[in-house]
Amino acid sequence: MPAPTRTAALTWWRHSLLGRHLLVAALGLLVVVAVLESVSDFRNVQLASMAYLGIAAGGLTVLTGLNGQLSLGHGALMAVGAYTTALCLPGPDAVVPLPVAVLASVLVTLLVGALVGVAAARLHGPYLAGATLALAVAVPGLALFFEERLGGEQGLRVALPEIPAWVLDLAFFVTGQELTRSRYVAYLGWLTLLVTFVLLANLSRSRVGRRWRAVRDGEVAAELAGIRLGQARVSAFVVSAAAAGAAGAMMAISVRLAAPSGFTLTLSLTLLTAVVLGGLGSLAGALVGAALLTFLPQLVTRIGTDAGLSDIQAAELSPLVYGLVMVLVVLLAPAGLVGTLRLALLRRRARRPASPVAGIPDPRHIPDSPGPSDSPGRPAGQTHDPATTSKGHTS
Amino acid sequence: MPDLLTLDGVTVTFGGLTALRDVALRVGPHEVLGVIGPNGAGKTTLFNVACGFVVPDRGQVSWEGRTLAKVRPHDLAGLGLARTMQGLGLFDRVTVLENVMVGADRHARAGFLASLLGLGRASRDERALRERARAALADLGVEAYADRYPPSLPYPVRKRVALARALVAEPRLLLLDEPASGLSADDLDELAALVRGLTDRMSVMLVEHHMDLVMSVCDRITVLDFGRVIADGTPAQVREDPAVLAAYLGDTVAATGPASPDGPDRDPGTVA
Repeated sequence: MPAPTRTAALTWWRHSLLGRHLLVAALGLLVVVAVLESVSDFRNVQLASMAYLGIAAGGLTVLTGLNGQLSLGHGALMAVGAYTTALCLPGPDAVVPLPVAVLASVLVTLLVGALVGVAAARLHGPYLAGATLALAVAVPGLALFFEERLGGEQGLRVALPEIPAWVLDLAFFVTGQELTRSRYVAYLGWLTLLVTFVLLANLSRSRVGRRWRAVRDGEVAAELAGIRLGQARVSAFVVSAAAAGAAGAMMAISVRLAAPSGFTLTLSLTLLTAVVLGGLGSLAGALVGAALLTFLPQLVTRIGTDAGLSDIQAAELSPLVYGLVMVLVVLLAPAGLVGTLRLALLRRRARRPASPVAGIPDPRHIPDSPGPSDSPGRPAGQTHDPATTSKGHTS
Repeated sequence: MPDLLTLDGVTVTFGGLTALRDVALRVGPHEVLGVIGPNGAGKTTLFNVACGFVVPDRGQVSWEGRTLAKVRPHDLAGLGLARTMQGLGLFDRVTVLENVMVGADRHARAGFLASLLGLGRASRDERALRERARAALADLGVEAYADRYPPSLPYPVRKRVALARALVAEPRLLLLDEPASGLSADDLDELAALVRGLTDRMSVMLVEHHMDLVMSVCDRITVLDFGRVIADGTPAQVREDPAVLAAYLGDTVAATGPASPDGPDRDPGTVA
């Protein structure tokens, strides 16, 4: 509880969701500026790709982690965003300004997501996975079918508009360095990521996010609380798709190309692994997952060459290590890297003795709960047990 | 004052099985109605009809004198009807406090856009919901568990959380599905006092096996057997009713099979 001496402004920061998230985002922005300014152009390109993977993973973790819907089609949704950006920015003298192109990509993907979401809301588990898988397979095919308009196998080139003069001036004023194009692109990606994450965090901590969780954990109980299941599912899908659209736009700007080969099923699966590695439902986890996806292969390859392997052998090492990391995380930290950390914190908090309550026996003194219906049948494989059991108490 | 909930001539069949046959029932304002009956008498089906989970083949359900043509489960909260479930149905990966906040959701007004942008309205809404939820938990003496997750709590506590989630919606009618199951004798006394204490705010309809509880808390009792209403009246009336005694203790005349009070297979033609 805030002490009465706190100023009103501080109370606002504490109580306002937006205030807290903006504070975190502002700190994030400082880190982003510090990192992007201190690394090479090559690293900036990598960081840009981490940003767009992070945006898409953030959207997916909201869908899968908070609402319990599995999507194997997010790569396809990214493709929708990327192609929209490519169509908006066909040449150096494109009339559409960059922000408008990005917004258009988000909107178009959002609409596609709404259509898919309406279908997805009626599907469960493997059926939903199957339907979204079909999306992942079909969408790149569209680019081949409409070769005239969408460029076929070659794809569409994306012309990045000139960096506006005020941006160059601002960058020079703040950092004292010239803004290179790859650094500019990295900034675009990370700014988009920060905005997306603030919005996703707002939703996740709000009534909307709580409804998503409720629908995930118990449909009947959620309905009885007045929640429309279909509406909750579709809205989660739409939000997630919009994030994928923004990610696609950033990818197009970063790679300067929207081509079917960039949006294979592998991309969708990669996003899912990022989300699982980091921890379902956690935006920080999505970022950690995206970082691993971007930097782990490189790191492993370099270690391989340093250890005296040939280039080819070293390159083959990275998928192997990636697979091993995945297996290890699932075995040892089933809640994901960030999720497991959070569980450890929760356990510590639960160990602090709670004040006993009148009327209710202290859980410490109940050896085992009575009652025939005391086995609520936790879904198999559910790994998010906060495990704040009575055993953990000290007193 | 008009009755809150009335069921009239409700018949429900599942395939060839008749779960409810021409059932009539009413819940008045500020009263506690108990629905009892041997296993398989149709109590739960009756509850499900009242909640819109099961659409009756014939008959009608009225809420405050208005016929509910098609009541869907997510409409109940808005109508002022809350229900607890036998399996509790708590959200396992959501804290106790947020479980109860979900129950209070109908008091919130912030829309999607306000939530997305984190506008002041959404924050205010959240704070109001959180306070409501804390108050509901405090009322039932389980506020100390607000930040815990349901699977880590003992069953009686979880049961109270589920009740708090129903009560926080401030319903006018509370449907309790076997509230006594799994509770100790001490818990039962508290539950009885609690239910009686609710009547100045709402009506309660409960399905229960536990006779002592039903007899002590209910104003009226409706007795079901084989999907039909066989008695309806005050606890004292019902206790003396020959049809009820026959249904529970066995009737020497009727030859409908074994008459153990809780025989699970009393009649293949009825469904729980």
